[in-house]
Amino acid sequence: MPVSETPAKPKKLARQQYLDLYYYMRLNREVEETMTRLFRQNKIVGGLYASLGQEAISVGTAYALEKRDWLAPMIRNIGALLVKGVPPRDIFTQHMAKYTSPTKGKDGTSHFGDLDNLHIISPISMLGDLIPVMTGVAMAGRYLGQKIVAMTWIGDGGSSTGVFHEGLNLAASQKAALVLILENNLWAYSTPVSRQVPLENLADRAKAYGISSYIVDGNDVVAVYTTAKEAVERARAEEGPILIEAKTFRRRGHAQHDPAEYVPKEQRAYWEKRDPITLYEKFLTEEKLLDAQGKKEIEDKITALLEKDREFAENSPMPPPELASQGVYCTGPECHNLQPKWERPVEELLPPKSCVQPVWTVEGFGSGTVSSGSSAPIHFGDVPTTADKPPIPARPPAKAAPKPVKKPTPKKSARKGAR
Amino acid sequence: MAPITFLEAIRQAMFEEMAADPSVVLIGEDVGVYGGAFKTSEGLLEKFGWERVIDTPISESAIIGAACGMSYLGLRPIAEMQFIDFIACCFNQLTNFVAKGHYLWNAPAPIVVRGPSGGGVHGGPFHSANPEMYFLHTPGFKIVYPSTPYDAKGLLKASIRDNNPVLFFEHKFLYRRIKEEIPAGDYTVPLGKAIVRREGKHLTILSYAAMMHTSLEAADALAKEGIEAEVIDLRTLLPLDEETILNSVKKTNKCLVVHEDTKTGGIAGEISAILFEKAFHDLDGPLVRVASLDTPVPYAPTLEEAFLPNAQKVFTAAKALAKF
Repeated sequence: MPVSETPAKPKKLARQQYLDLYYYMRLNREVEETMTRLFRQNKIVGGLYASLGQEAISVGTAYALEKRDWLAPMIRNIGALLVKGVPPRDIFTQHMAKYTSPTKGKDGTSHFGDLDNLHIISPISMLGDLIPVMTGVAMAGRYLGQKIVAMTWIGDGGSSTGVFHEGLNLAASQKAALVLILENNLWAYSTPVSRQVPLENLADRAKAYGISSYIVDGNDVVAVYTTAKEAVERARAEEGPILIEAKTFRRRGHAQHDPAEYVPKEQRAYWEKRDPITLYEKFLTEEKLLDAQGKKEIEDKITALLEKDREFAENSPMPPPELASQGVYCTGPECHNLQPKWERPVEELLPPKSCVQPVWTVEGFGSGTVSSGSSAPIHFGDVPTTADKPPIPARPPAKAAPKPVKKPTPKKSARKGAR
Repeated sequence: MAPITFLEAIRQAMFEEMAADPSVVLIGEDVGVYGGAFKTSEGLLEKFGWERVIDTPISESAIIGAACGMSYLGLRPIAEMQFIDFIACCFNQLTNFVAKGHYLWNAPAPIVVRGPSGGGVHGGPFHSANPEMYFLHTPGFKIVYPSTPYDAKGLLKASIRDNNPVLFFEHKFLYRRIKEEIPAGDYTVPLGKAIVRREGKHLTILSYAAMMHTSLEAADALAKEGIEAEVIDLRTLLPLDEETILNSVKKTNKCLVVHEDTKTGGIAGEISAILFEKAFHDLDGPLVRVASLDTPVPYAPTLEEAFLPNAQKVFTAAKALAKF
């Protein structure tokens, strides 16, 4: 099992791909800069979490996905959302708690998703929970015959949670098409990675799950993209989950309120010289992929888009108070529109085709063990009552059981009725 | 049809739903080859194969997370907790992720989390829990706790078809101790509807799961003393069928709640509040609770018996209330 492979030598990308990566990194940064200004104007309702200096990871990894693939971001992966097709206005309205936001103001930040079109699953603040969720997405995708890949992110801090282990282990045992990006930005709030994990490379954790991993320079967008692309292809080819450690640095505090004075000056200076966008601009200029004119066109495009979307967000109303009591339950047939999209014959999954020979049995295994059997080897707590413990009389529930009404309706409408 | 056990009713519900709908899958520990610790899923693997009956590592958070993720692509997973006590291991995944999904971002998770619960079987402090109230306080779940094979099957089918996350508690004391004739073929029992198990006029006894049978036993004894208790089986704790409760209390003017969950923070407290809010003028006596002691479930039979409510305790409390 190869551990922490060196990413493949970056292949030549198409010119448009190079420019896309640049566009999304710039967009990522400008969206966040716009929000920083809004925050200072007290227009952001809650916290604001920056990904300054980590844009190459969000953008490079998500850019490796196809439209059918699924992703679940973390709080600093706005770049991934933009690549997947989320308009900046959704991000502005979310942060400003507006009624026009994807959650209608019920949650903030990048806590929103889109199951129907963009295949985005909303993050929650409890780190690691998305790993088993995305494992389930990958398992369901395989079950439906869809050949999808599920991608999610975790930080150096989040990799210490129990559910990181449970999720990655389940993914490995299921050979689920999961690509997990571990953004090692060296800080979990104020705790340096050296005080969290006694490992030089967090990618080493993959070894414990028997899965492949990569280590990549998280500030080199082409390297990130190339590595993620290879991982996504391998996961799609059913090689199992893959862990990518992207090494980077969190240039702002945990959130806007945190000046991050605990970060050593030398460390900050080192990484500020390695700004992913500056590095990439230099590369693009040297490779003659981008000139001043091209750069200005991209900047103008971004400025116009963000101006429009920011204005939309600022002019949007807050949600009406009566919304607070709505939507806890999914009621009515229109609420759950998710029908499985089968891309394989369903008959394979129904008897008789789905039936398997119980080759694991030995003679007598399982015989007479159904509920009516009495000699079955069963777990404690499920034994017939004995004389020294008078049983609670099993009430004949004759009165209890109302006459069943047989539903003559076909399965589909019976299902609707059950809602 | 021959009468079937509670356990067989659960198995039949899963079997029939999986046979009818390929989007229904079962995921949990030892649910496949072994057929579940209590054999509730015996035979499912042979019939539906490895893709639909999924044995997992011992990872309750991953089971719930994966079930939730699967539901986002249109599947309807049933996630089994080998013992419901272990639901505590995935508390965060359930309460913060699964339950909030629809309210926050319009993502319902139509999963059923089911497993054997309850005491009276000397399972000790980690295999006897009634953890329903941890979740009753979390908006977003439906909570089902049946007491008969008929209900177990019909409610489980309704739970699988429901578009919301349902926590389905199966009292393991009932698994093989009660049998009931149930109709062949498909039927469901709607969530959120209580049922009057015995009619009476002197007081209302509200209960569910194993304690419903205890309450009926006590009601028999009360009847011999001329006290007619109306026994209501709540069946679904969330949403709670307030209408049936209020109608009964309007008639009897007295209410006793019996549950196996520990007393403090049990559903009796919530029902008490509802009655004070909505039936204050109907009440001619205090709301009385018969519940387990506020301790962990002890292991020794003598201790566990002292811990649990029983028909005698219900009888005594009900008699006193009737005379109030």
